[in-house]
Amino acid sequence: MADKLRTQQELERLQAKYIGTGHPDTTSWEWKNNIHRDTYASMVGHPPLLSYMALAQNEPMAKVRAQLIRKMLQPVGPPPPREGEEPMVITRQNSD
Amino acid sequence: MATTSNMFLYSLTIQPPTTITQALLGQFSGTKEQQIITASGSRLTLLQPDPRQGKVNTILSHDIFGIIRAISSFRLAGSHKDYIILATDSGRIAIVEYMPKTNKFSRIHLETFGKSGVRRVIPGQFLAADPRGRACLISSLEKNKLVYVLNRNAQAELTISSPLEAHKHGVLVLSLVALDVGYSNPVFAALEIDYSEADQDPSGQAREETETHLVYYELDLGLNHVVRKWSDTVDPTASMLFQVPGGNDGPSGVLVCGEESVTYRHSNQETFRVPIPRRRGATEDPQRKRTIVAGVMHKLKGSAGAFFFLLQSEDGDLFKVTLDMIEDGGGNPTGEVKRLKIKYFDTIPVASSLCILKSGFLFSAGEFGNHHFYQFEKLGDDDDEEEYISDDFPTDARAAYSPVYFYPRPLENLVLVESIDSMNPLVDCKVANLTGDDAPQIYTVCGSGARSTFRMLKHGLEVSEIVASELPGTPSAVWTTKLTKYDEFDAYIVLSFTNATLVLRIGETVEEVSDSGFLTNVPTLAVQQLGEEGLIQVHPKGIRHIVRGRVNEWPAPQHRSIVAAATNENQVVIALSSGEIVYFEMDSDGSLAEYDEKKEMSGTVTCLSLGKVPEGLKRSSFLAVGCDDCTVRILSLDPESTLDMKSIQALTAAPSALSIMAMEDSFGGTTLYLHIGLHSGVYLRTVLDEVTGELTDTRQKFLGPKPTRLFQVLVQNQPCVLALSSRPWMGYTDPLTKGFMMTPLSYAELEYGWNFSSEQCLEGMVGIHANYLRIFTIEKLGDNLIQKSIPLSYTPKRLVKHPDQPYFYTIESDNNTLPQELRAKLLAAPSAVNGDATVLPPEEFGHPKARGRWASCISIVDPVSEEPSVLQRIELDGNEAAVSAAVVPFASQEGESFLIVGTGKDMILNPRQFTEGYIHVYRFHDDGKDLEFIHKTKVEEPPMALIPFQGRLLAGLGKTLRIYDLGLRQLLRKSQADVAPHLIVSLQTQGCRIIVGDVQQGLTYVVYKPESNKLIPFCDDTINRWTTCTTMVDYESVAGGDKFGNVWIMRCPDKVSAEADEPGSEIHLVHARDYLHGAPNRLSLMAHFYTQDLPTSICKTNLVVGGQDVILWSGIQGTIGVLIPFVSREDVDFFQNLENHMRSEDPPLAGRDHLIYRGYYVPVKGTIDGDLCERFSLLPNDKKQMIAGELDRSVREIERKISDIRTRSAF
Repeated sequence: MADKLRTQQELERLQAKYIGTGHPDTTSWEWKNNIHRDTYASMVGHPPLLSYMALAQNEPMAKVRAQLIRKMLQPVGPPPPREGEEPMVITRQNSD
Repeated sequence: MATTSNMFLYSLTIQPPTTITQALLGQFSGTKEQQIITASGSRLTLLQPDPRQGKVNTILSHDIFGIIRAISSFRLAGSHKDYIILATDSGRIAIVEYMPKTNKFSRIHLETFGKSGVRRVIPGQFLAADPRGRACLISSLEKNKLVYVLNRNAQAELTISSPLEAHKHGVLVLSLVALDVGYSNPVFAALEIDYSEADQDPSGQAREETETHLVYYELDLGLNHVVRKWSDTVDPTASMLFQVPGGNDGPSGVLVCGEESVTYRHSNQETFRVPIPRRRGATEDPQRKRTIVAGVMHKLKGSAGAFFFLLQSEDGDLFKVTLDMIEDGGGNPTGEVKRLKIKYFDTIPVASSLCILKSGFLFSAGEFGNHHFYQFEKLGDDDDEEEYISDDFPTDARAAYSPVYFYPRPLENLVLVESIDSMNPLVDCKVANLTGDDAPQIYTVCGSGARSTFRMLKHGLEVSEIVASELPGTPSAVWTTKLTKYDEFDAYIVLSFTNATLVLRIGETVEEVSDSGFLTNVPTLAVQQLGEEGLIQVHPKGIRHIVRGRVNEWPAPQHRSIVAAATNENQVVIALSSGEIVYFEMDSDGSLAEYDEKKEMSGTVTCLSLGKVPEGLKRSSFLAVGCDDCTVRILSLDPESTLDMKSIQALTAAPSALSIMAMEDSFGGTTLYLHIGLHSGVYLRTVLDEVTGELTDTRQKFLGPKPTRLFQVLVQNQPCVLALSSRPWMGYTDPLTKGFMMTPLSYAELEYGWNFSSEQCLEGMVGIHANYLRIFTIEKLGDNLIQKSIPLSYTPKRLVKHPDQPYFYTIESDNNTLPQELRAKLLAAPSAVNGDATVLPPEEFGHPKARGRWASCISIVDPVSEEPSVLQRIELDGNEAAVSAAVVPFASQEGESFLIVGTGKDMILNPRQFTEGYIHVYRFHDDGKDLEFIHKTKVEEPPMALIPFQGRLLAGLGKTLRIYDLGLRQLLRKSQADVAPHLIVSLQTQGCRIIVGDVQQGLTYVVYKPESNKLIPFCDDTINRWTTCTTMVDYESVAGGDKFGNVWIMRCPDKVSAEADEPGSEIHLVHARDYLHGAPNRLSLMAHFYTQDLPTSICKTNLVVGGQDVILWSGIQGTIGVLIPFVSREDVDFFQNLENHMRSEDPPLAGRDHLIYRGYYVPVKGTIDGDLCERFSLLPNDKKQMIAGELDRSVREIERKISDIRTRSAF
C-alpha cells in the first residue's frame, strides 16, 4: 500500500516538475494545450525551424519568435466549462 | 530496430552554416583587443575584426555538436578576460574560455541542470550574465529559471555555485536581460506573460485581459537566494528588453520595446515612452506600426554616463535612442531620468545581433544574407533629422497619440567597409558543370526579399591578377632571382625560350637587361642566387657562375648535355644526358666545387630536387632523383655518404617534377615532404624522414590529364606547393584545421610558375601561359569555395535549369509585399508629392510591405557569361505567387520543353488558405534566354510540386497526384489519384515509379500503370517525416530531408518493388488490403542522421573528377553537406571505431552526448559523422597516439584515411 502511495507522490512530483506529464484524468483540452505549447516552444528553440518560418512569412525572426511565444498563452482556445457550471455563450472573434 | 545497416554513409560538411544566431563582443584573448564570438548552428566561431584593414577574420571555428541556443559573456571583477557561457540543448550550462596560445576553446565548467533537448521547461532559451560578472541567469520559455553565482577561489580560478531556483508556474518569458546595477545585488529583468489564469477561465475573459509584465529577479548575494523583487505591467505588445547602464554610468533600468513603442522602465524611476517613427513615402502604408527586432547599447569612452542605443526596426531602420537626465543646481546630471529621445539614424539590413566596437565599427550579423562591417562616420549628433522626445507622448501605449514619421535616406552615419558572404538562408541548390571545368559547380539561390541572390560556388582559391603582359615569343620557363643574399626583393625575371634566354629587371617598369652576365643565346634550365653575391645559370651546355660581374663557366662533358638541374643557396646538382649526376657545393670562398665522383643512374633522369638549406645548416642533406624507369630515389648529400642511395620508391608513371620542402603539419611542427608530380597528371605527397631518408605515408591526387609540374612558393608566409597540370593547384596547410589541402586555383592554365616578390607585391607568383607572363597573388588560404553572386528581386523559392542550355530559372515570391504593379500605380498617383515619390534602392531599404499582398516573379539567370546577370524578369500579377516550377518536355509537342510554373492566388500561409491555384506554361525562345507565356490552367489548389513524367506533366495538388498533357488552351487532365495524406510537397520519378513526399507523413511510393492509366500507391512510411526535399538514390531508395533537420534514406523492399512493376499487377495492387490505414507495404529505413540544419534540397551528384557519386544536401542556414557511401566493410569498421574513440576522447564542448545529438529524433543509423572524425587532427599528440594504438594503426595512417575519404569524393 505504501508503495502505491509512493508511486502516486512520485507521479505528482513529476507532474509538477515536468509540465505536461499526463495523468489518468487528463482532458483532451489539457492534452492539446500541452502539445501546442510544446510545438511552439520547439519552433522557437530550434533556430533553423524559426528561420524557415520567418522566411516563409517574410517577417524578421525576432517578430515571429514573439508571435509564437504569445500564441503559447492559449493555443487551443479557452478551457471547456467545468461540470456544473453553465456553459456561457460567448461571441468573440478567434484571435489566433 | 537494429542499429547496423548494410548501407553506410560518411557525413561531411563542405560548407559550415553561415548564419549567425547571436554575436557577442568581448576581450576573449585577455588582451585589449575586442573580438566577436558568434553562434552559427552548432558552431562557435571567434572573429577578429581588423580595424586597420576594415576586415573581419575568422580565428577559430569549433563544432560543439549541439544546438547553441544562447551565448553570453562575462568578466570577473579585476580580470581582463571574458569568458563565454553557452546555453545549448545539452541540459547543461557550459563556461568556456578561449586559449589564444593553442587557439582552442577550453571548457572550465559544465553543470547539469536538466534533461537534454530543446524543451519547453528546460532552461536554455534565454541567458543573461550580470554586467559585473557575478552571476548568470538561464531561463526556459516557460516556468524555469536558474541562477548561478560566479566567483573566484583562492587560486583565482573561476567557480560556479549550485543553481538557485526562481521558478514560477504558468509563466512564459519573452525576453530576458541582466540589469546594470553597479555593485549592488545582481538583478535580472524578464518580460513575462502569466497564463495560469487564462487556463482556468472558460469564458475567455481572462485571456483577453492577460497582461505583459516586467519582472525583476534579485539575487541576494548575502542570503544566497533569488527573489521576485518587482513587477509591473508594461505595453501589452512588448517583446524585447535592452539593458540601460547603471551604477556610475547611468540610471539603470531597461528599455521595453513593443509595437511602435520604446519605453524606459525602472523600479524607482518614472516611465518614459517614445513611439517608433514610421516611414513616409508614396508606397508606405501610413498605418503600419513597427517593432524593434534588434539593437545594441554603447557606452561612449571618456565621459561617464554617456551612452546611446541603436535600435533596429523590422524594416532595417536604425534609430538612435538616448536618455536625458535631470540636472541639479550645478548643471550636473543626477540619477533621475528626464526624458527619452529617439531619432532616425541609418538603414541597414535586418540584423540578428549588432556589435559596436570601441574602434568605431559596427558589426551587423545579418539575419538573412550577408553580414556587414560598418565604420561610424559620425554619431548622428548634429544632423537635421527630427528628434522625438518622450514629453510629447503618453506613457501608456494604449492611449491616443499622433504617430511620427521620417524619410528614410541612404547611409549618412555609417560606411560599409566589408560584406562577409553568407548563404543563409539557402533555399535551393543544383549541381551542374556549366563552365566546362573538370569539376562541377554548385548553383544556389539564397537570401530573402530584395537582398536575395543567385550564387555560384566553385571549388578553388581566389586569385587576384596583378599583371598579364604579352611576350615576344613563347617561353618554356620562368624564374625570379635576387642579386645578393641580402636583397629583400627579386631583381630579375629570367625567361627561357627554346633557344634563347631573356633577362628582365623588376623596377618601376620591367625592362630587358643586357649586362646581367647570363648567356642569352641558349635556353636555361635553372637560375639561382648562390652564396652571398653569386648568380648561377644552368644551361644545357654548362653552368655559368657570375660573381660581381666575373664569370666562371663549368662546361658539360663532351657529347653530353645537362638535362635536369636542381639548386639551392649552397648546392647545385645536375643530371647529364648519360644518366650521370654531378654534385657541386659552394666553398667557403664562394666558388663552386665539384664533387669528384659522378653517380650513374639506371635510366634517364627526368627531374631533380634539393630541399632548401635548413636554417643553421650548410646543406640540404637529401637529393631526390626521378628517373624515367618510374622511380624516385633519395640520395644522401652528407659529407660522409655523398650520393649514396637512401631509399627508392616505385611510381605508376615517370615523374615529371619533384620538390622537397618542409611544411607545417597537424602535430604543431614541420615535416619534410617530398612532393612528386607524374607524367600522368597524378600528384603524390610523401613524408621524407629527416634522418633516414625513408619515404613513408604516400597520398595521391589526380590533378588533370597533363604532366604535373611543381614549384615551391610562399603564400601568407607559408611554404606552399604550386602544382601545374591542366589547371593550377595549390597545396597548403589549412590555417584553421592544419590539414594539408590541395585546391585548384581559379585561374587560367599555367605552364611554369615561380615565386615573385617586389615592393608592390610582397608575396606573389609569376607564371607563364602561351606567350603571356602573369603575376598574381593569393590573398586568402582558408576559403576554398569561391562565391559569385547575382542579385534577385524577391525571396527565391525554386531553382530549375534549362535542359541543355546554361540558364537557370528561379521563381521568387514575397509575402506581405507590395507587388510591382501597385507600387508603380502608387508612385504615379497625383497625391504622391515630390519627396514621397523618391524610390530608394530596395536592396538596402526592402520592398514596401502590404498585408495580404504577394510580389512574385520568374527570373532567367545567366550564370556563366562574362557578366553574370538576370536576363529577364517576368512579374506575376493578380496577387499570384509562384510556388513550384519544372521544365517539362511534352511528348505531344515532339519533345519540346516548356517551363511550367505553379502559382497560388491570395495565399495565406497559416492556416493554409488560398482562393485559386494556377499552372502557367511558358515556351522557351532564343535558346532559353526568353520566355513566352502560353496559357495558364486553373486548378483547385496551388500545386506545390511539379515534375516531368513520361513526356507529360505530373503535378501534386494538395493530396492529389495528377497527370497533365499540354493542350492548346490549357493543360489537359489525363489521370489522377489521391495518394498523400495531407499535402504533396515533393515528387520524384524513375520509369513508372513516382515517389510522393507528403508535408507531414513522409514518403509514398506510387506506381503508374499505363495500361489502365491508374496511379496506385503501394508502399509508404512507418513514421511521420515532415519532408522538405527528396531525391532518388536508386530505383528502390530515396534520400530526403525533413523540417526537423534529419537526413534519411528509405528503401522499398525488393519483393514489393518487383511486384509493383509486374505487368498486370494493378488488380492485385488496387485490391491489396490496407495495412494500418496506410498503403499495403512499408518502407524500411536505411540511414538516418540529424544534421542540425534544415535540409532544403538534396541531390545525388559527383563533385570531383573521377570521384564517386555522393548525396549533397543544402541547409537553410547555409550549410552544404555531403554523404559519401562507403565501399568496403573494412572502412566502415575502421571509421566506426574511430568515431567511437573520438566520442570519448573529444567529447563535445557543451556537454551534449554526440550519439544522442546525431540521433536527436530517430537513432542515428548507417551514418558516420565525418565532422567528428576530422577533429582527430586537432587532438593533442598523446591522444592521437592512444587512439592510434587502440586502432592498431599509426597516426599518419589514420590521418591519411580521414583525408582520403574527403578528397576522393568532395572538397
